[in-house]
Amino acid sequence: MALAANKVEATEALIAAYPAPEGEGKWSRDARARALETLRQSGAPVRRDEYWKFTNPARLLEPVKSATIMETDEAPVFDGVDKLLVVFVDGVLRADLSDDLTMEGVEIETLATAMSKDIHWVGDVYGVLEANGQKPVPRPFAALNTAVATEGLVIRVTGKATKPIAFRYLRSGLDADVMVHTVIKLEKGADLTLLENGSGAARFNSSLEVEIADGAAFHHVRTQGRDHARLAATHIFARLGKESRFKSFTLTVNGALTRNEAVLEFTGDDAFATISGASAGDGAYHHDDTVFVTHNALNCESRQVFKKVLRNGATGVFQGKILVYAHAQKTDGYQIAQGLMLDEDCTFLAKPELEIYADDVICSHGSTCGAVDEAAIFYLTSRGVPKAVAQDMLVLAFMDQAIEEIEDEALAEEIRTRLGDWMERHRG
Amino acid sequence: MEALEDVVKEGVDAETVEAVKGVAGKYKYGFATDIETEYAPLGLNEDIVRLISSKNDEPEWLLEWRLDAYRRWLKLDEPDWAMVNYPKIDFQNIYYYAQPVSMKEKPKSLDEVDPKLLETYAKLGIPLREQALLAGVEMPEGERKVAVDAVFDSVSVGTTFKEELGRAGVIFCSFSEAVKDHPELVRKYLGTVVPSTDNYYATLNSAVFSDGSFVFIPEGVKCPMELSTYFRINAENTGQFERTLIIAEKGAQVSYLEGCTAPQRDTNQLHAAVVEIILLEDADVKYSTVQNWYPGDENGVGGIYNFVTKRADCRGDRSKIMWTQVETGSAITWKYPSCILRGDDSQGEFYSIAIANNYQQADTGTKMIHLGKRTKSRIVSKGISAGHAQNTYRGLVTMHPKATGSRNYTQCDSLLIGNKCGAHTVPYIEVKNNSSRVEHEATTSKVDDDQLFYCLQRGVGEEEAIALIVNGFVKEVLQSLPMEFAMEAQKLVAISLEGSVG
Repeated sequence: MALAANKVEATEALIAAYPAPEGEGKWSRDARARALETLRQSGAPVRRDEYWKFTNPARLLEPVKSATIMETDEAPVFDGVDKLLVVFVDGVLRADLSDDLTMEGVEIETLATAMSKDIHWVGDVYGVLEANGQKPVPRPFAALNTAVATEGLVIRVTGKATKPIAFRYLRSGLDADVMVHTVIKLEKGADLTLLENGSGAARFNSSLEVEIADGAAFHHVRTQGRDHARLAATHIFARLGKESRFKSFTLTVNGALTRNEAVLEFTGDDAFATISGASAGDGAYHHDDTVFVTHNALNCESRQVFKKVLRNGATGVFQGKILVYAHAQKTDGYQIAQGLMLDEDCTFLAKPELEIYADDVICSHGSTCGAVDEAAIFYLTSRGVPKAVAQDMLVLAFMDQAIEEIEDEALAEEIRTRLGDWMERHRG
Repeated sequence: MEALEDVVKEGVDAETVEAVKGVAGKYKYGFATDIETEYAPLGLNEDIVRLISSKNDEPEWLLEWRLDAYRRWLKLDEPDWAMVNYPKIDFQNIYYYAQPVSMKEKPKSLDEVDPKLLETYAKLGIPLREQALLAGVEMPEGERKVAVDAVFDSVSVGTTFKEELGRAGVIFCSFSEAVKDHPELVRKYLGTVVPSTDNYYATLNSAVFSDGSFVFIPEGVKCPMELSTYFRINAENTGQFERTLIIAEKGAQVSYLEGCTAPQRDTNQLHAAVVEIILLEDADVKYSTVQNWYPGDENGVGGIYNFVTKRADCRGDRSKIMWTQVETGSAITWKYPSCILRGDDSQGEFYSIAIANNYQQADTGTKMIHLGKRTKSRIVSKGISAGHAQNTYRGLVTMHPKATGSRNYTQCDSLLIGNKCGAHTVPYIEVKNNSSRVEHEATTSKVDDDQLFYCLQRGVGEEEAIALIVNGFVKEVLQSLPMEFAMEAQKLVAISLEGSVG
C-alpha cells in the first residue's frame, strides 16, 4: 500500500536529518540501501500505527532538544567489575578513554573500519538481523540506524571471553543526538557478557545485532538512567543457533521517553533465551518495552519478564509477543508483565500477545497491575519498619523477579543496589 | 454435583432432550426450507434503505436515522485488523431484505403463520408455540418456561407467551412491532449504546436492519421466564441484519437466550447484527448465545460471515451484565460483546467458548470499559482450534482514572488439536489509576496426553475422548449457561470437533 503523502514527507525529513555516509565498502553500501528502502516502505511511525498505539513516536522524530544531565556523586554502574571498558562520548568512540580493544578469544573492530572494506564477515550480520526483524511489524528507527549509523563496534567472539566488555556512554553536550550500531557474532561454543551504561545522549538510537552460533552464550546487562529528559529508541536483534543461550536484562530509571525493542528468533533447536527488564519512573516518564520472540525451531524455551514501578504520573508500557510456527513443537514460552503503581495518576498499558501454530507447546502469559499491597505494608509497619522503608522493601521484592534473570550474581547485586538507591531518592 | 445433574435431566422437557439427541449428526441445521420468499432488489442504495423502512411502516425519524447511517457507511473502510482472511465482500451482491411471502400480511396469531415456517422451527427443535401445546403435556407447577421470538431471514415470525409476559409488564416483541407500539422507548434508547457511527458493520446494520427483538423489563420486575430469540437465515444470498434492544429498568432482571442457524450452502452469507443492552440501577441481565451458523464444509467452502457488535451499557449503579457465548458455527466470526461499566459498583462478566474446526476463523473477545468506581469484571475465554482453523482471543480491559477501586480478572486459555491450526491471544490492558487491580493470564496447550491415554485405555474412542476432554476444558463456561443451553452446547462441542482427529 502506498504511504500517505504526509508520511512520505516525514520519512524523507527523517532521512535528510542525518548525513549520508560516504566512501564506504560495497557490503556497507548494500546494507544501507536496503535499510533505506525498508524505511521508505514502512515510513516514519505515527501514533495511529498499531505498534505505536501506547507510545507516541512524535517526540522521537522532532529535532533534538537539549536535555539536562543529572549531576550525581554516585560512581558509574559496573565500576567495580573487572571489564574491558569502551567509552563513547556523544556516541563517538574515544580510544583515549577506553581500554585497549584486545582480549583473548575476541576480535574487536570499530564499525567505521569494517565499513571501509569491500568484503567483511560483518556483511552477513549487519542490517541482516535487523531486516529479518522488520516483519511482520516494521521498526523504522532500527532501519534508520542501519542506514546512517557510523559509530559502534564489530565484535567476533571465538572462545570464552575472560571478562565482560562494557560500553559506557558519556555526554559532553546537552543536545547530543547519538546513533550507535554494534554487531556481535558469537562463534560455536563462544561466550560473552556485554555491559552497557551511561547517560548516552539527549536522543539515543542504538541497535545491537547478535548472531549466536550453536552452543554459544550471550549475556547482556544494561542500565539506562540519570538523564531525565532523555529520549531513546533502542533495538536488540538476536538470532539463536542450536543449544545456544541468550540473556538480556535492562534496568531503566528516569528518561522522558524510552522505547526498548527486542527481537529474538530461534533458528536452532534446544536453545534458551530470556529477555527481562526492571524499570522505575517518577513523574514525566514514559517507558516502553516491546518484545517479539519467534520460535522457528524445536524444543526452545523463551522467557520475558518485565516489572515496572511507577509514580507521580509515570507511564509504563509492555508489548510482548510470542510467535510459534507450526514446526516449532515442544516450545515453552513464558511472558509476564507487571506494573506496580505507587501513585494514583500513573498509567500501565500492556499488550501481551501470543500467536501459535504448533499444538505441542506450552505457552503462557500473565499481566497484572495494581498498588502496593496494604496488608503487607501494615505487616511491616506494625513491626516497626517505617512506612517508606517498608514500601521500598516491597517494591524491591517485586522487581527482584526480573533481576533474578541475570545469571551473574555480582551484576544482579549491583543492579539491586542501584535500584534501592533510586527508590530512596524518589520517596514520597 | 449429583443433585445438579439430576436437575439438568429433569429440568429439561422431553422435547428439548430429543432435539439435543437429534443434534448428534453432522451440521443438522443445514436444510433449507422451500418457502416462497420476497426479496428487495439486489444490492444496496438509499432506495433499498427506504424500502426496508417502508416495509416496516417506520416513522420518519427512523428512516432519517437509517439514511444518516447509510451515508456514513459509504465513507467508512472495512476493518482489516482482525486475524481473519476472507475474500472481499461484494456488498452490492447481497439481498438486504428477504421476507417469506406468507408474512406479507402479518399474522394475527401463531395459527396464521405459514405451517412450513413452524415446521422449520420444529426441525430446529424450538418450541415456538407454547411449549405445553407443542409437546402435548401439561407443564408441572413452577416449571421454567421460555418465551421465544423467532426471526426468519429478516422478519420476526412470532413471539410466544406474550400475554403472560404482558401481565408482568414485560414487553417482548419484534423490533418492528416495538417501533409501532412503543416508539418513545425505541427512540429514547436506539443507538445510545452502539451509535450508528460505531464501526463499519454496526453502521451497515443501522442502515439496513430489518427486524429483531425488543425487550423492556420495567422497574423492579423479575422477568417470569427466560426470553429467547432464534435467528435463521434461509434464503440464499441474503444478509441478515437484526437488531436487538434490551432495556432493563431499575432493579429489573432478565435472562435472554439467542440461538442461530443457517442452511448449508456453498456461498458465503453475511450476518451483521447489533445488540444493545441498557441497564439502570441494580438491573441484572444475562445474555447467552449459542451461535451455530453454518460453518462451511470441511474444505472451507460456504458458511456464514458473522460480524456482530454487541454491547451492554451498565448505566446504573450496581447493575450487572453477564455475556455467555458458545461460538461453534460461522466461517468467520468477528464478535466482541462488550461491557461499559459506567455505574458505580457495576459488574460485567464474559464467558466464552469459541470452537473453530476445518477452515473456520474466529476472532472474538470482549471489552471491559471501567468508568465507575469499584466496578468489577471477569473474563473467561476458552478457545479451541482444530483442523485448519484459526482462533483468536482479542480483548480490552481499560481502567479509567476515575474507576478507582476496580477489579478485573481475565483468563484465556487456548487448546490446539493438530498442528495445522492456530490459536492466538491479543489482549490489551490499560490501567490509569493505582487502586484498581488487573490480572490477566493466558495459556496455550494441547490436549493432555495423559488424559487422552487414560480415556483410550478404558475403551473410549479417540474422538469421543477428545470431546470429553474439551468439555472438561470448557466446563467453567458451560456452567454459566442456562440448563437447556448447557446441554445443547455440550453436544455442539462434540459435533464441532468431529473429524478433527487423525
